[in-house]
Amino acid sequence: MNLQSIPFEWYLILAAVLFTIGAVGVVTRRNAIIVFMAIEMMLNSVNLVFISAAQFLGDINGQLFVLFVMAVAAGEAAVGLAIVLALFRNKRTVYVDEVNVLKW
Amino acid sequence: MSLQVALFFFFGIGAIASAIGTITRRNPVAAAVNLIVHFFMLAGLYLTLQAQFLAILQILVYAGAIMVLVVFVIMLLNLGNEEALREQFTLRKVLGAAIAAIFMLQLGVLFNATPSQRYLSPKAATLGTAESIGQALFTTYLFPFEAISLLLLAALVGAIILAKRKVE
Repeated sequence: MNLQSIPFEWYLILAAVLFTIGAVGVVTRRNAIIVFMAIEMMLNSVNLVFISAAQFLGDINGQLFVLFVMAVAAGEAAVGLAIVLALFRNKRTVYVDEVNVLKW
Repeated sequence: MSLQVALFFFFGIGAIASAIGTITRRNPVAAAVNLIVHFFMLAGLYLTLQAQFLAILQILVYAGAIMVLVVFVIMLLNLGNEEALREQFTLRKVLGAAIAAIFMLQLGVLFNATPSQRYLSPKAATLGTAESIGQALFTTYLFPFEAISLLLLAALVGAIILAKRKVE
């Protein structure tokens, strides 16, 4: 029995909108923690595409990919926030445009 | 309007609104709260797709584990508002937003070109359960599963080494 009446494209377009909002956040914000949150948002919009593809096409592989994306995101969260902490300890700032020691 | 469509719009508009809230709030804690709402809305969207297991996992892993980590780091850094700092790079911001909008248009055109499918696959209800995911995880995806555990171990060690104070 099919209860669903929402087309596949709606989910894809919603995911595109969320990805774009995340991308704008990464480019425009200066606070490293908020940049980090915007990256998580972009990862989540990709997860939405994977899950909707899996459920509309009837293929389990998309859901397994989401599982692995979640695991990588958890690892990335731990390492990324540790880098932010180390950065704050050494430079007393978390604003990404004030960190320019690698720039000539 | 059927219940499914109403739920899709509720969760979809909620997700977009909280995403915009996350990237516009000055205060990092307000942004984090918006992001938690965003994760819950996405979990609701997964439920409308009948992916129960991943919806629960989304709440546990993202809204639970990752956001606790983010809030802890915000607390450790004890940041003030961004307002005190001067605003700059406005041209760069406008350009970035414009390029992102073009990118979204491209994605929209691409997604509209995919063949339309109005209904979930008949198998969808059985695909979203813990049983079928566990089945695939420990047969077809056994090697990636073990590899991801090694990756998590490496991330754990790396995070500790990066964050710990130097011991003389």
